[in-house]
Amino acid sequence: MIVADKKPIEEIVEEIKDKEKILILGCNECVTVCEAGGKKEVGVLASALRMYFLNQGREVSIDERTLERQCDHEYLEEVRDVIDQYDSVVSLACGVGVQFMAEKYHTTPVFPGVNTCFMGVTEQRGVWSERCQGCGECILARTAGICPVSRCAKRILNGPCGGSTNGKCEINKELDCAWQLIIDRLKALGKLDDYEKITPIKDWSTERAGGPRKVIREDVQQ
Amino acid sequence: MLRAFEKGADGVYVVGCMEGECHYNSGNFRARKRVEQAQKLLDAIGIGGERVQMYNLSSGEGPRFAEYAVDMDERIRKLGPNPIKSAKKKAA
Repeated sequence: MIVADKKPIEEIVEEIKDKEKILILGCNECVTVCEAGGKKEVGVLASALRMYFLNQGREVSIDERTLERQCDHEYLEEVRDVIDQYDSVVSLACGVGVQFMAEKYHTTPVFPGVNTCFMGVTEQRGVWSERCQGCGECILARTAGICPVSRCAKRILNGPCGGSTNGKCEINKELDCAWQLIIDRLKALGKLDDYEKITPIKDWSTERAGGPRKVIREDVQQ
Repeated sequence: MLRAFEKGADGVYVVGCMEGECHYNSGNFRARKRVEQAQKLLDAIGIGGERVQMYNLSSGEGPRFAEYAVDMDERIRKLGPNPIKSAKKKAA
């Protein structure tokens, strides 16, 4: 999932301090799972903002709504009939949702309510960590299912480097060396011979280096 | 918790089971974290985090429940009324 973290309320207040009719818009997908932008967080933020503005002596109307997703036309369309009632939207979706909202409702200011962090997993409640950088050319088949692009600080494809000590990375003693994990798992899979195979130079044009990307699937296009 | 303050409550206290003795294991720990989160938010928006507190009790401790109520009452009287109440009156 896409992992996001809540923005400090002070930052959100700064974004919307001169607004009068605000919609706090949550998303039922990834940001709900990582407890940053779901219905519950929408309720907490809206309540806190209402109290903040009242305390400042300002009458600001703050409504709450949570959509199934903010990255699909069909769900974003659900607010079309009410969007004109607001002079701004604070979207608690990831950066994708915020942008799609901004594209769709061109004249309504949209502000982000979360910091979008990465694509990752829930290690335990309250702990999320990165697993994928969407490089566009998955190499997990060759690396025992552990991604050196997202989990190695240097993103090296033939590792480990000299900074790996006792299974940890030199940039942070808490951080596992991805290549140590790869070697350990290759061993567990009985495929350690694969480690000897040199990974060829990766085509980075499918990653962000090639500019903004697009996937076009004619087989499912309408 | 926040809704209570929004409606004008001067203070809120949350009472959970004794830590480590809850039938639901972690419910009281989660409640404490939520109280802490609410305290931070209330501080950030100028209402005052001290207005919300967490206490732990066993079900047989009636007198202590009353002590906590008195304790909370004193705390809130020192802090004065929730500023939201007067702001609401002004706005009306």
